[in-house]
Amino acid sequence: MLEIFQYNFMIKAFLVGMLIALIVPCIGLVVVLRRLSMIGDTLSHSSLAGVAGGLAFGINPILGATIISIFSAFGIEKIRKSFPRYAEIALAIIMSTGIGLAGILSGFVKNTSGFHSFLFGSIVAISSIELISTIILSIVVFASVIILYRELFYITFDEVSARLSGIPVKAINSVFTLLTAVTISISARTVGTLVISSLMVLPVACALQLAKSYKQTFIYSIIFAELFTITGLFISYYANFKPGATIVMTGVICLLTILFYKGINKTLIIKKPVKG
Amino acid sequence: MQGAIDVNNLSFSYNGKPVIKDFSFSVNKGDFLGIIGANGSGKSTLIKLLVKILEPCGGEIKILGQRISSFKSWNKIGYISQKASSFNSSFPATVEEVVSANMYSKTNIFKKRDIKIKEEVYNALQKVDMHQYGKSLIGNLSGGQQQRVFIARVLVSRPEIMFLDEPTVGIDAKSEEAVYCLLARLNKELGITIVMVTHDIGAITVHANKLLFLSENGLILQSTEDTMTGDFISKMYGYGINFQSHICRYCNNKGEN
Repeated sequence: MLEIFQYNFMIKAFLVGMLIALIVPCIGLVVVLRRLSMIGDTLSHSSLAGVAGGLAFGINPILGATIISIFSAFGIEKIRKSFPRYAEIALAIIMSTGIGLAGILSGFVKNTSGFHSFLFGSIVAISSIELISTIILSIVVFASVIILYRELFYITFDEVSARLSGIPVKAINSVFTLLTAVTISISARTVGTLVISSLMVLPVACALQLAKSYKQTFIYSIIFAELFTITGLFISYYANFKPGATIVMTGVICLLTILFYKGINKTLIIKKPVKG
Repeated sequence: MQGAIDVNNLSFSYNGKPVIKDFSFSVNKGDFLGIIGANGSGKSTLIKLLVKILEPCGGEIKILGQRISSFKSWNKIGYISQKASSFNSSFPATVEEVVSANMYSKTNIFKKRDIKIKEEVYNALQKVDMHQYGKSLIGNLSGGQQQRVFIARVLVSRPEIMFLDEPTVGIDAKSEEAVYCLLARLNKELGITIVMVTHDIGAITVHANKLLFLSENGLILQSTEDTMTGDFISKMYGYGINFQSHICRYCNNKGEN
């Protein structure tokens, strides 16, 4: 079974996958609890414009994706303030713009296979430069999330009270927006832009079913994401599936299993005869 | 007595429609002020202006002697908004996590103050009689228990003034009385100034020592205990209100009339 690790590209794939699985749920937890699950989809789709632009004009596509993601993330915040009662409008506007731009720019891309590899990811084709940049950015994102852990919790739970308690809410929200954009753009290369938001939401959804505190939800989300990634990579290698899609489908099956198990448990408790 | 809040000629408009017109009043330290009035009279708007969630269009607000625009000591201020609009009941947080959150601005990952935080959280929960629920998920508690936890969250930072915007909305009558008694006790024993928006005229007249009545045409009145009578309140609302029989079952406080 361990023959998989004879290949350098698979070792790189596991390393990058596990780093991505460490940071994505950290961002995902806050995003889900703020009821902004669709932000992952929006940013990942709009980052495609950066990928297409990068490939078309000879710039590093991950750098292109990062720049477009950052602009999109702050664009969402700006538009949301103009439509305070219709938060989802901002997501729809940015996603449409990103997809439209990606569609136009992709027409200028000569090697379309490079562009398509970003749709479902190509974790097994990671270059050494991409590996190093993923390691550095993952460390930066994870350290930031840990340092701001308490503040992010309070802002997510009750933003007004957090501000009154002396937390610099605006500054932390801006940092978090930046972290979200960076996380999505570096994950796009590995799991793919079309499935990144699933990896952001599925581990958190599983953790929410089992955890008994915020701290537990945070830890369980990371454990689930690591589990999905490692299992998904093994399955994809032996079954010759696409790695990004397999990681996500592993998460979906895990969530369904937890929901099924909890459903059965609930039924058994209800049906248990009452003594006396 | 030193002023806790001084409001002079305060005005505020929503999209050009005036909600608060030229309000002036002051609250002393140690007061329990009830803000009452019909829907749309600007009660919640006023409290949001007092905690700087909204910016006034005109006039001046002073908190603890400082202009609100330059006020920095927000850790001395506690604010509890209407629970339903600010709280996601499925949020996976324990009571201890929620209460300790109000101390986060004083600590960070580099300052190892966890033991002190735990002690202070326990003490705050004890004051609201919720110390036995520290490990419970906030969403699993009843409405009244959740409000007591939110009061503990404010208490943990040792506030001088507490602002509450209809804190008893959506909770049963028994829990509502318990919340009022708790606030009255905190006001008397710890000297915390309480400013509370409510529709419950019966309960607020039992526990508050001052009333601020807001009417739709912007009229504002500062009332003392002497004027807290059924006739006075009925005159202000424009219809008969009987609260003479209101006696709090928790602390046996009753109306003066």
